[in-house]
Amino acid sequence: MSKSWGPHDIGGQEGGPIDLSEHDTAHWEWQIDAMVRLSLSKGLISDFAELRDGIEHLTQEDYDSCTYYERWAKSLAYTLVSRGVVSEQQLADKIDAVRARQEAQGLA
Amino acid sequence: MTDHDKEHDHARTFQPDHPEPTSDAARVGLALRELLIEAGHYSAEEEQEVIAAMQGASPENGGRIVARAWTDAAYKERLLGDGASAIRELGFELEPYEFTVMENTNSVHNVIVCTLCSCYPRALLGMSPAWYKSKEYRSRVVREPRSVLAEFGVELSDDIDVRVHDSTAELRYMILPQRPAGTDDWSEEKLAALITRDSLVGTQRKLSI
Amino acid sequence: MSTPLFSVGQQVRIADRTPPVHHRVPAYAKGQVGVIERVCKLHGEPEKFIRGDGKPAQRLYRVRIPQSGLWQGYDGTAGDDLDIEIFEHWLEPTE
Repeated sequence: MSKSWGPHDIGGQEGGPIDLSEHDTAHWEWQIDAMVRLSLSKGLISDFAELRDGIEHLTQEDYDSCTYYERWAKSLAYTLVSRGVVSEQQLADKIDAVRARQEAQGLA
Repeated sequence: MTDHDKEHDHARTFQPDHPEPTSDAARVGLALRELLIEAGHYSAEEEQEVIAAMQGASPENGGRIVARAWTDAAYKERLLGDGASAIRELGFELEPYEFTVMENTNSVHNVIVCTLCSCYPRALLGMSPAWYKSKEYRSRVVREPRSVLAEFGVELSDDIDVRVHDSTAELRYMILPQRPAGTDDWSEEKLAALITRDSLVGTQRKLSI
Repeated sequence: MSTPLFSVGQQVRIADRTPPVHHRVPAYAKGQVGVIERVCKLHGEPEKFIRGDGKPAQRLYRVRIPQSGLWQGYDGTAGDDLDIEIFEHWLEPTE
């Protein structure tokens, strides 16, 4: 078999039993999904391919440890910063603000 | 409270049973969202509309399509020949993807996967299940479909071939399950209620009446 | 070019290459031989979406590959197969 070229290229690899349990989609996950769709419809990104590309460029460690919507979030951030829609500094500052707010609310 | 504060209240809303996530990656997503809304790229109202539309989709949509195909032979032929046009007749749209329906028969069982990411016809089936997105399903079902199907309770004899469809590009798939025996005089509505999400993805073969 | 190069029933090989950009051909399919199961529509090329608009559009096909050809020691029937979507520029005729 040809060599897998990214952490996503896993068809045919070994794997364990499948967890069949159902998981409700959390509100924040719906928000990430909506953010991706709106980024597309508002022209912030031109095609879903950009999002897949971002996910494919995650490190193996990130890919394995992140949940599905966490991967989307990281990929979209990479894409929008690359495109200049938001700056690295703005994003870093806002992440700090989110962390501070969550700590103040006793969430983190 | 100013409009600006209202926007932030939307950003802070969380469901008690699904607390706001605090992982680094999730915070990236939450932060990005706040930035995009603040910059006016979209509004919290637009976000809510998009979410409501997504939440409005469910396997009932797929079920309606299947029930129509079961009761109308000409429709079934159109559905199998050009799924995109056929679903438009029922008010559904999946453009720009090519919606493609695979029919289960006595000799073939179909199952869908997207090994590379998790493509899924969500407008017709609702949100994909966690297992569909899992590495275990994506890696194993192409290579050992029969043992994966057995984990879902689908046992297939040797006179049934298994066909796996890997949604690698622009097609989106749904299975047309076999109509159960003993339903000849059922209405479309009653038939549609029989259909499960798993039967539309291929991890269920027999529908119970 | 909008006239399909390949037709239903034609035997094809999926190219075995790894461009350094986003592409939608899984490793397990590269270098494999299959048969055109259907000719699909024209779509933007995944490799070209990252820094462009995906144009010119490319012809997409579904290729059917026997599972026994894909996997050593495949555990199933001789009729088990796998259908996969591949763009024209990834396909070569086998003869």
